[in-house]
Amino acid sequence: MSRLGLVIDIDACVGCQACATACKEWNGSSLMAGGAPDYDPHGDAPSGVWFNRVRHYEAGHYPLSKTMNVPMSCMHCEDADCVTVCPTGASYKRAEDGIVLVDPEKCMGCNYCAWACPYGARELDEDKGVMRKCTLCVDRIYDTALPEAERQPACVLACPTHARHFGDFDDPTSKVSTMSAERDGRPLFEKLGYKPVNRYLPPRATPDVPPPAALAPRGTLQSRLAAMVNRLVRL
Amino acid sequence: MKPALSIVFFTAASGAGLGLAMWLLVAQLAGRLDTSRPAVAWAAGLAALLVGAGLLASTQHLANPRNAWRAFARVRTSWLSREAVLAVAFWPLAALHVLLTLRGAGIARASALALLLLAFAVVVSTAMIYACLKTVPRWRTWHTPVGFVAFSLGSGGLLWSALAASGGLAVPPAGLVLAPVLAAVAIKLAWEAKFAARGHATINEALAVPMSAPRGQAQGRVRLLDAGHAHGTFLTNEFGFVLAREREGTLRVAMFVLLGPAVPLLAWAVPGAAGAWLAAGAFGAGVLLERWLFFARAEHVVRLYHGQQAV
Repeated sequence: MSRLGLVIDIDACVGCQACATACKEWNGSSLMAGGAPDYDPHGDAPSGVWFNRVRHYEAGHYPLSKTMNVPMSCMHCEDADCVTVCPTGASYKRAEDGIVLVDPEKCMGCNYCAWACPYGARELDEDKGVMRKCTLCVDRIYDTALPEAERQPACVLACPTHARHFGDFDDPTSKVSTMSAERDGRPLFEKLGYKPVNRYLPPRATPDVPPPAALAPRGTLQSRLAAMVNRLVRL
Repeated sequence: MKPALSIVFFTAASGAGLGLAMWLLVAQLAGRLDTSRPAVAWAAGLAALLVGAGLLASTQHLANPRNAWRAFARVRTSWLSREAVLAVAFWPLAALHVLLTLRGAGIARASALALLLLAFAVVVSTAMIYACLKTVPRWRTWHTPVGFVAFSLGSGGLLWSALAASGGLAVPPAGLVLAPVLAAVAIKLAWEAKFAARGHATINEALAVPMSAPRGQAQGRVRLLDAGHAHGTFLTNEFGFVLAREREGTLRVAMFVLLGPAVPLLAWAVPGAAGAWLAAGAFGAGVLLERWLFFARAEHVVRLYHGQQAV
């Protein structure tokens, strides 16, 4: 039994979209994921199915603000409502590793699972009329034909800043478990109670820098005069 | 949420049809339905037409209707599956009940009761499809199932009295018919007062950023810098529907007028059957509008990730 998922380091992510494009490249033609179509890719209104989307945010106010690039894909929730609401049984969560998958042979394209997902992890394939989502590259991670180092999701392998890590959260000694414990790894939208598996490492705290001089209170007339003289002397 | 017309029509029409069926069954159980009269067949036919048209419309919402038959597979966990099973079970039981009633069998009372409960269960499970979603706080309240039942009984009851006014059916007591109409308006008003405002969840909760934390850590109000896509996506299309505030106000007033004062006014001002049909029609239009607004005003939490501050 394992609980596979991702750790995403918001401190390291530069928002380059490499994970999202690597995901498209691998899953666009994957038999397991069933494809991620593009609509009008070179036209005026390019759109399509993405299993992973990177959005860019800012928290707080300058100069103490943090820019956060937040890639989001399926969180492979322990309490996955997308699975329980599915009327056909097309959505399922694997007991052995916790991966949430869609069986396109059973899906009737009612969108109900996408409604139940707070993370926007599910998108309808309008060409085939079935729901698509992140498979955690289930067709890579167990593939013994691949070198062991490559048995990871495509997004993790592609990340140039090593902001993405894949592993088993049930194993307390795994890299993802220890990273998450050390860096205060957080689930997104915990309040809804879906128990998402993926963890997001918040930006590291910046050292306490004194505010710039322009913002410092103006000194007394004497100290400002002394500062002026000092500046002149240094010339 | 995108107000898909197929779903708007489905919930309103099958609700009205099931409401009419429930009232006819209540009348039959109370011994107030002379089943030998052709008017009863017309009434039952109208109910069946509305329920059937609604169910057909609901399948228009599916992107892959070829697999619709699989929707009966997850009754244990899914309200959509429960609704599908109950709505389909309604038809053979209704046919059986009609047959037993025509034969004058004593057991028709039992089948009437069973069918009544089944119709009620269909309406409740239709509502629970929406009310069970944690992702749409404005739906996740008791107002949704209770409201659906009230709208169903209200529109069905007004159809019942319109049919009765056209002759052949015993005229139902006005109080009985108007009670669910009033209840529906009251539930809607209660929802407006308590749930229409935003504040159920915030962008900070969605992104796990605290509003305040020790200096240096990420904190404070989060805002979207860029959504990462140049054009619309499935998510913005399905969940990004924005109803202009001014338009929302106008439609809301129209809805309350159609659901509330229009019904007794039309029934009173226009004499005879025409007034009863107009009242039923006004309420029906009000229910369609209510259902459209039900979707248009429901805000899915995924909007927070697209930059909305609160839902």
